[in-house]
Amino acid sequence: MAQPDPNSGSNAAKPEAPEMSRRGFFVKGTAVAAGVSALAAAMSPLRHLTADDLPGLEEFLQKHYKEMTPEDKERALARLRDLVQRRFGVAAQIADPPPLDGVEFVYGLNISRCIGCRRCVHACVQENNQSRSPEIQYIRVLEMEKGSIDVESADHHYDSAQVPRPDKWYMPVQCHQCAKPPCVKVCPVEATWQEPDGITVIDYDWCIGCRYCEAACPYWARRFNFTEPQIPAGDVNPNMSYLSNRPRRKGVMEKCTFCLHRTRVGQLPACLEVCPTGSRKFGNVLDPNSEVHYILKHKRVYVLKEEIGTLPRFFYYFDERGSRYREPAAPANPREAL
Amino acid sequence: MKRYGTFLWDCFRLSFVGDWRYHLWMTCLTLVALGGVYAYCHQFVHGLVTTGMTDQVSWGLYIANFTYLVGLAAAAAMLVIPVYVYRNLHLHDVVIFGELLAVSVILMCLLFVTVDLGRPDRFMHLFWRFNFPLSMLTWDVIALNGYLLLNLHICGYLIYCAYCGRTPRKAFYIPFVFIAIAWAISIHTVTAFLYVGLGGRPFWNSAIIAPRFLASAFAAGPAFIILTLQVVRHYTRHHVSDDALLTLRRIVQVATIINMFLLGCEVFTEFYADTRHVASAHYLFFGLHGQNALVPWIWAAIGMNLIATALLMLPASRGLRTLNIACVLAIVGIWIEKGMGLIVPAFVPTPLGEVVEYLPTLHETMVCLGIWAFGLLVYTILVRVSVPVLAGEVTHARRWSVPNPRPLSPSSLRTTHS
Repeated sequence: MAQPDPNSGSNAAKPEAPEMSRRGFFVKGTAVAAGVSALAAAMSPLRHLTADDLPGLEEFLQKHYKEMTPEDKERALARLRDLVQRRFGVAAQIADPPPLDGVEFVYGLNISRCIGCRRCVHACVQENNQSRSPEIQYIRVLEMEKGSIDVESADHHYDSAQVPRPDKWYMPVQCHQCAKPPCVKVCPVEATWQEPDGITVIDYDWCIGCRYCEAACPYWARRFNFTEPQIPAGDVNPNMSYLSNRPRRKGVMEKCTFCLHRTRVGQLPACLEVCPTGSRKFGNVLDPNSEVHYILKHKRVYVLKEEIGTLPRFFYYFDERGSRYREPAAPANPREAL
Repeated sequence: MKRYGTFLWDCFRLSFVGDWRYHLWMTCLTLVALGGVYAYCHQFVHGLVTTGMTDQVSWGLYIANFTYLVGLAAAAAMLVIPVYVYRNLHLHDVVIFGELLAVSVILMCLLFVTVDLGRPDRFMHLFWRFNFPLSMLTWDVIALNGYLLLNLHICGYLIYCAYCGRTPRKAFYIPFVFIAIAWAISIHTVTAFLYVGLGGRPFWNSAIIAPRFLASAFAAGPAFIILTLQVVRHYTRHHVSDDALLTLRRIVQVATIINMFLLGCEVFTEFYADTRHVASAHYLFFGLHGQNALVPWIWAAIGMNLIATALLMLPASRGLRTLNIACVLAIVGIWIEKGMGLIVPAFVPTPLGEVVEYLPTLHETMVCLGIWAFGLLVYTILVRVSVPVLAGEVTHARRWSVPNPRPLSPSSLRTTHS
């Protein structure tokens, strides 16, 4: 913050006193007073700061998630419960479910079936306690031209009351949970990392808000809280976890976590549960009996921006039969499909 | 130690002494800087929503200015290299102004990065979990702060020696001068790598960015110093020869030519191949899907750079008038080209093909102006203090040996019109 010495400028009005006379002292005193009051006026917007805007001592001293002992974690969770109670009047359950052994989550999306209704987008916002004003959405559904898989010809702001339009197809994009995540690599403070089950998470209490990860992400999957997130108290989802959907603060990044507070305890992601067409498939790729394992083995799979080489755990696939389209072939570019 | 305290105290007092133009200049800078403080406090309370940045264009004016200023700081090396490597003595007496410029510009860089942070209160997290060597941002933290310390040491040592009236010992500063040369190149390279290393942003992911950074830095930096030296020469008794300015002119001349050549290489690669990667460049030069906020800026910048290059090639630029025009054009042209012209287009279109334009807000602009004013304020003070000290007009001996309890009478210090 630019805080120049206020005296340097305020001295200008007076001539140089050759020595410290009474008058010189008076003029200097006035100059200092003018400088200090100018600085105070410049800093006056700070009067709007509330106690919640600044970190309390406990938050200030809180360690990085990976360095917390179980007791530290308990204290942090208790502090967050208090915060949620104070801000929203909601008694939240904030857990910290660990990654499961032998599990690596992947997500498949059937672009032969998706109708672009955006129910996943809104279910995600509700489940993950995103800011409603301004609304932050983790999933962006692209309305694509048939005959092309080029995102630059996509319409981001189509009317979802009109879907599915016969000459279009739909491609929802969210965090791809890359195995080589560029966002993790660039973070200067290790506030974001990849968990053993393949989910890239953020410690919202550690992020400094430089937005380098947002610049690095090839899937535009990260979001920044440009202002204090607003959620009406009645809309808060009380089932929370530290690394996923607990309410965030102003000035930090957030992103899709495959709903880890649900998926690590045997439930499915909210976007999947709400999907009316069954286009979304989620599971443990290491389990040979899982649906995603079957799809990857037998279906035609397309990886968005595969050439960037981030090895996503999110993929698109096509039905050979039973597509919502009359044409048997899905509109993929055959050269780029696997 | 006590003597060092007196040194700092004398420097502090010296910075308040000057004629009415000096005071007017300082007052104006202070007011603009305070405007920046005001706008920043507003941003601190409400968040970065007070800026024009969005999730689509997540870096804007702050990072653009930061990028440009890193180049300006690196330019000090362009004064040091001729003197210490090639023994060109024309520049010997003015090297220190380049280094002082580096100090104030690096301070501005650090401020620009800090105001861009969403959570500046968590700044110290850098000390607990420093993602080095993986994150290029951590390299930049080291490079910039290291460069600041190196230049502070070199300038501080030389000025303090002059204050004490003793000859500086070469062992105490020459090694650092050479480290600083390599470091100056590295701050720029590392800053370029910040962008170049992102595979998801084709506009940045190009090997030519780092050399272009250096070329434009070595044009804009010495051009800025040419102007500064004339101000110093005009308002102080410090001697700056025309030969020094003309030596710098040749550096700017070569650097602008290389800069234009590299720009040509980049434009050719993008537009002749005309792959899907051209979208960002197309947005920058011609607009995309009817959005063309940057188009007039970039063409103005290219025009300025071309005219500057042409002027510098002409013998007329040995005259100071033409030279100054060319320098101003190069400084402004490169500021546009390397600031907004490099940062913003990489975000348009987004990786998902959305075209959202960026327009800085008033608050954001005020913060930027405030930081610039603060930087100029620091630089003015540094030059103001160092000129009489280096000239031997203010020394420790003179301060204490004179029986008068206040030997630092302003009349003896006031810099006169030379």
